[in-house]
Amino acid sequence: MKQQFTNSNQSLDSLPLGTRGVVSSLTANGVQRRRMLDLGLVEGAEVAALHQSPSGDPTAYSVMGAVIALRRDDARKILLESNCER
Amino acid sequence: MEKVTVALAGNPNVGKSTVFNSLTGMHQHTGNWPGKTVSNARGTYEYNGAEVTLVDLPGTYSLFASSVEEEIARDYLCGGEPNLVICVTDATCLKRNLNLVLQIREITDRIIVCVNLLDEAKKKKIRVDLEKLSEELGLPVVGTTARSNKGLGELMQAVDLMARTHEGTIPPKAVPSALAETADRPDKPAKTADGIGAQTGDTDAQADEAVRRIVEQSGRIYNACVQEESTDPHSLDRRLDRILTSRKFGYPLMILLLAFIFWITIAGANVPSAMLSDFFTSLQAPMLRGLASAGAPEWLQQVLVMGIYKTLAWVVSVMLPPMAIFFPLFTLLEDAGYLPRVAFNMDRCFQRACAHGKQSLTMCMGFGCNACGVTGCRIIDSPRERLIAILTNNFVPCNGRFPTLIVIISMFFAGAAAGPLSGVLSAVLLTGLILLGVFMTLLISGLLSKTLLKGIPSSFALELPPYRRPQFGQVIIRSILDRTLFVLGRAVVIAAPAGLIIWLLANVYAGDRSILAHCTDFLDPFARQIGLDGVILMAFILGFPANEIVIPIIIMTYMATGSMLELQSTAALHTLLVDHGWTATTALCTMLFSLLHFPCGTTCWTIKKETQSWKWTALAFLIPLVTGIVVCFAVSHIMGLFI
Repeated sequence: MKQQFTNSNQSLDSLPLGTRGVVSSLTANGVQRRRMLDLGLVEGAEVAALHQSPSGDPTAYSVMGAVIALRRDDARKILLESNCER
Repeated sequence: MEKVTVALAGNPNVGKSTVFNSLTGMHQHTGNWPGKTVSNARGTYEYNGAEVTLVDLPGTYSLFASSVEEEIARDYLCGGEPNLVICVTDATCLKRNLNLVLQIREITDRIIVCVNLLDEAKKKKIRVDLEKLSEELGLPVVGTTARSNKGLGELMQAVDLMARTHEGTIPPKAVPSALAETADRPDKPAKTADGIGAQTGDTDAQADEAVRRIVEQSGRIYNACVQEESTDPHSLDRRLDRILTSRKFGYPLMILLLAFIFWITIAGANVPSAMLSDFFTSLQAPMLRGLASAGAPEWLQQVLVMGIYKTLAWVVSVMLPPMAIFFPLFTLLEDAGYLPRVAFNMDRCFQRACAHGKQSLTMCMGFGCNACGVTGCRIIDSPRERLIAILTNNFVPCNGRFPTLIVIISMFFAGAAAGPLSGVLSAVLLTGLILLGVFMTLLISGLLSKTLLKGIPSSFALELPPYRRPQFGQVIIRSILDRTLFVLGRAVVIAAPAGLIIWLLANVYAGDRSILAHCTDFLDPFARQIGLDGVILMAFILGFPANEIVIPIIIMTYMATGSMLELQSTAALHTLLVDHGWTATTALCTMLFSLLHFPCGTTCWTIKKETQSWKWTALAFLIPLVTGIVVCFAVSHIMGLFI
């Protein structure tokens, strides 16, 4: 889980299971954006992809110490930092 | 006596309801999944000469986004009633929980932070420095393990102290504008004076900034106060999740678990049911003698004993044992935190049907009682998806319908298998029926999404809370006392007058036939088309107040005398039904119609209350009914080709 996944213009839905990423921005707006923020999906927050539902969607992520399941369409609206030097 | 009002706030699923119950001695139903509390429950306790009223707010992640629960919580906090707030937090997930504490702190400083679930944190080797936390937040902090009543004395003391040092109530105050900017929806006017925020550009940036500041602050405080002594404190949860939601085992385990619960229920209920039935029957003769010696006329004896008492006895002896087994088992699953995993596994299906993933949770509530399931649909934010969930909740059989299904299965389909195998076969068949109900839910949800309730699925985030060891003793006692007896009580209240009415219908004659016979004759031709007969259809109609009494009505109607015969064994019942022309097709169609027909009276009334619309209530009535008629028609005619 320590491995940092780096790729440019990556969104959360393509984060491989078992890896971590850092949120750079959200493309969602309005209520949906607000919800994501409240769950701790803010710029600079660390997210880890944990496991997938048997059918492949949604995926469970670890955010701020809690496990949150997001559908692929929603995870796509969360962009990750491309180059993290950690 | 002095009066203090305390609001109980917190993230979903942090044990708020448990804190509430432990403090007030009340029995608000709790469960390990987010969204259990959908309206404000109130309870009181006395401490140090003051009467403290606790108001249990719905669990929220924030106060400023615009879900119904958040609005309820925010309006209450800012409404001028509470003197102070207890913010309950989960010690195993404190970082995220602190967000809400900090948000509430923007409204008021009259907060007591309750760090709950300390036992779970200890197990996961998460150490919370409560003193340091109090110092960092500038607020009193109390550590608790509410389910074993630890730390509640300190909590009450802290409430008392704060109430005595702060005069009056929390002053009504506008929500800090930066936090509230995105709380507006096009259809909802803003709650704040200056919050007419557009949903783009500047305001998003402002809200982002405000939230980010809070999240950063939570992170900083968390790092200062919490020590995780294990590298991955949640490793057990992760391992369980990888099995329970795995590609290979996720679905089979879910179905096996359901079938297993049904099997225990069916196998365990047989003996106590027979004992109860014998007991009630043995009281019958003394009751008749007693009434006779008290000088009661013959007809009154008949009405009281053959009408009311027998219906009651049937309902109790057939319903009580399965409920007393099924409810505790299901509550254990709920308490352990398995239900959100069901929603997680099932979500893809609901996505295809353009419905909400949390609909699985409302369906689980429907297992207990469809009216509760309908109320539970409040956990779904999107109005379109909430309506879909309400309209289709009835496809999950409530416990009033389980006995009907179980009795018919064991008489007509599982009887062939010998001994213990028959129980297994019953459980498998029942599971199959439930899966059919789930399939119909998805099908109708999808159809609604394409027609009346067009739209795309809204976004949602489903929290998968940590697994918790269920509290066996408490779960069993509570689920029997609160749920089983409550549902049974309702059934009895309805069964008694229904027994009277049926007796009257069957014994009052118009011409040479009873009124009941006239009605069933009228219904018969149509009922035959859908594999039933007039009596069965009549029973479903008369069973509108409560599904529990459908089978008793069928039995009573078949009896020429107009009341139930002595039916100690299911074998006698089987003979009675076969004598009245029941075939495997009749049994199958009766089960299908029980699964797929109009919701009971209570549920309809609840739907009207929740939707505020006669139109949707009518649809909620018609959709399952039409589905049932179509399915039964098809099944009976297809079966007719083979038999």
